[in-house]
Amino acid sequence: MPDNANAMPRPGQRHYVAPPEDVKVEVVDALDASEAPSSMWREAWREMRHRPLFWASAVLIALVVTASVVPSLFTPVDPTSCNLDNSLGAPTSGHIFGFDKQGCDIYARTIYGAQASVLVGVLATVFVTILGTVVGAVAGYYGGWFDTILSRITDIFFAVPLVLAAIVIMSLAATRTSLVVATVLALFGWTSIARITRGAVLSVKNNEFVTAAKALGMGRGAILVKHVLPNSSAPIIVYSTVALGVFIVAEATLSFLGIGLPLSTVSWGGDLNKGQVSIRVAPEIMIYPATALALTVLGFIMLGDVVRDALDPKARKR
Amino acid sequence: MTTTAPTRTVLRARSLSRVFGTGAGEVRALSDASLEVAAGELLVVRGPSGSGKTTLLNLLGGLDRPTSGSVWLGDSELTALGEKAVLTARRERIGYVFQSFGLVPVLSAAENVEVPLRLRRTPPAERADRVAAALAAVGLAGHAKQRPYELSGGQQQRVGIARALVAEPEVLLADEPTGQLDSGTAAVVMDLLARVVHERGVAAVVSTHDPELMARADRVVELHDGQVVDRGNG
Repeated sequence: MPDNANAMPRPGQRHYVAPPEDVKVEVVDALDASEAPSSMWREAWREMRHRPLFWASAVLIALVVTASVVPSLFTPVDPTSCNLDNSLGAPTSGHIFGFDKQGCDIYARTIYGAQASVLVGVLATVFVTILGTVVGAVAGYYGGWFDTILSRITDIFFAVPLVLAAIVIMSLAATRTSLVVATVLALFGWTSIARITRGAVLSVKNNEFVTAAKALGMGRGAILVKHVLPNSSAPIIVYSTVALGVFIVAEATLSFLGIGLPLSTVSWGGDLNKGQVSIRVAPEIMIYPATALALTVLGFIMLGDVVRDALDPKARKR
Repeated sequence: MTTTAPTRTVLRARSLSRVFGTGAGEVRALSDASLEVAAGELLVVRGPSGSGKTTLLNLLGGLDRPTSGSVWLGDSELTALGEKAVLTARRERIGYVFQSFGLVPVLSAAENVEVPLRLRRTPPAERADRVAAALAAVGLAGHAKQRPYELSGGQQQRVGIARALVAEPEVLLADEPTGQLDSGTAAVVMDLLARVVHERGVAAVVSTHDPELMARADRVVELHDGQVVDRGNG
């Protein structure tokens, strides 16, 4: 490395040009390049896999998702095949949770009930993540009038309680499918993700790599999609994980109140609704679907906590 | 080693002024600044913080529009072009080096260097060759897969220089390129910049307030309170 005394034009030169042998750039190249490149997600995985909470939530979620996709793996019994002769019957071989008032197998209904809850939860989460991310990203990145108008619209929707608004809309709905319930929940549930995305985009858009992308000749839309959003994704993913549990509870609440999925559809909320009339004589009719619901929500909330800690080193230190 | 003596003027600024805000909150960041830079010439703009160096570089590179005055890139007046044409000029004719390196955190060193070539729709095979050559030129051939946070400050800035030069621009603008580096690493980076500018015949404008880096300059312009107060000869 040249010192300042030598860093002057040499004979025959109009200006100083450092000879390659003076520019010993390899001196600071001590890093082992054979190691695979790391990334935020790889670091997060390293952090998560050492936490029992992650594995507990992963097992819970894996069980629920498997039950919702292939319920026949867990029970050969048809949850809609009911026999009044078995009404409020005790557990027997092949019917380990017993029977409800209509003589339906409680275990089979608890397993099949996961399908509706997970479907509504996933659909609603996908919808709010797309809508909230688009609104928040556009408001945060473009600013000005975009931000003013979109932020006020977000505030208006944010002020409306999710379940209350869903009750009103669902009571007017002609059909009550999983798609309709998920859409209604998403319509009033996107505001938190929009606010989180807007905040994340605001903090990322002033980073120098965004100015650099602009300087390199990248268009504003391309910078937002290719650079700002990927670098703003961590809080969005954490919130979406927790939101999935929240939407599963919201669906169960609507079905319990009789305005979510129709009672002919096997769902935990619907079974809680049916079981409440027998709670004094057969509390297990409510206990099993309620426990399944609670464990599912717990799984997603625990996963959200672990992902948040893994993606936020400051939270880890706390 | 071959050096290119300054010959034709590549970048010209005429009476550039930039005013931010209006009324009582008006701030005159740059006043009536003019300069010229030739191919293969390293011009250093020095001055204390707040003297208007970044504003000047942003105007020269088309990242901002002047309140008055003009910037000429070769025969075309950058300040008279529409947004799309300025975008194309930045993409094809100008390279930037930033104080905080400006590397995209989720991309590897090679991917960061590749960005300007992707924007110019360079064929993949040619991209790979040029990225490898650019990284080798800055001494980082073995670090292509590392992400910015796995590299030292000096290494990150060399990736920034490779990215700025990979598309072979006519003009190189560097805003305090050694501002976040220790003095030893800063000397390495400045030497590297001087070498590539002179070898490749790029017209370079480098802002700094580090007087020790002046030795590498062909010419020095001093800014104070947004005004050019001195034109030295390095």
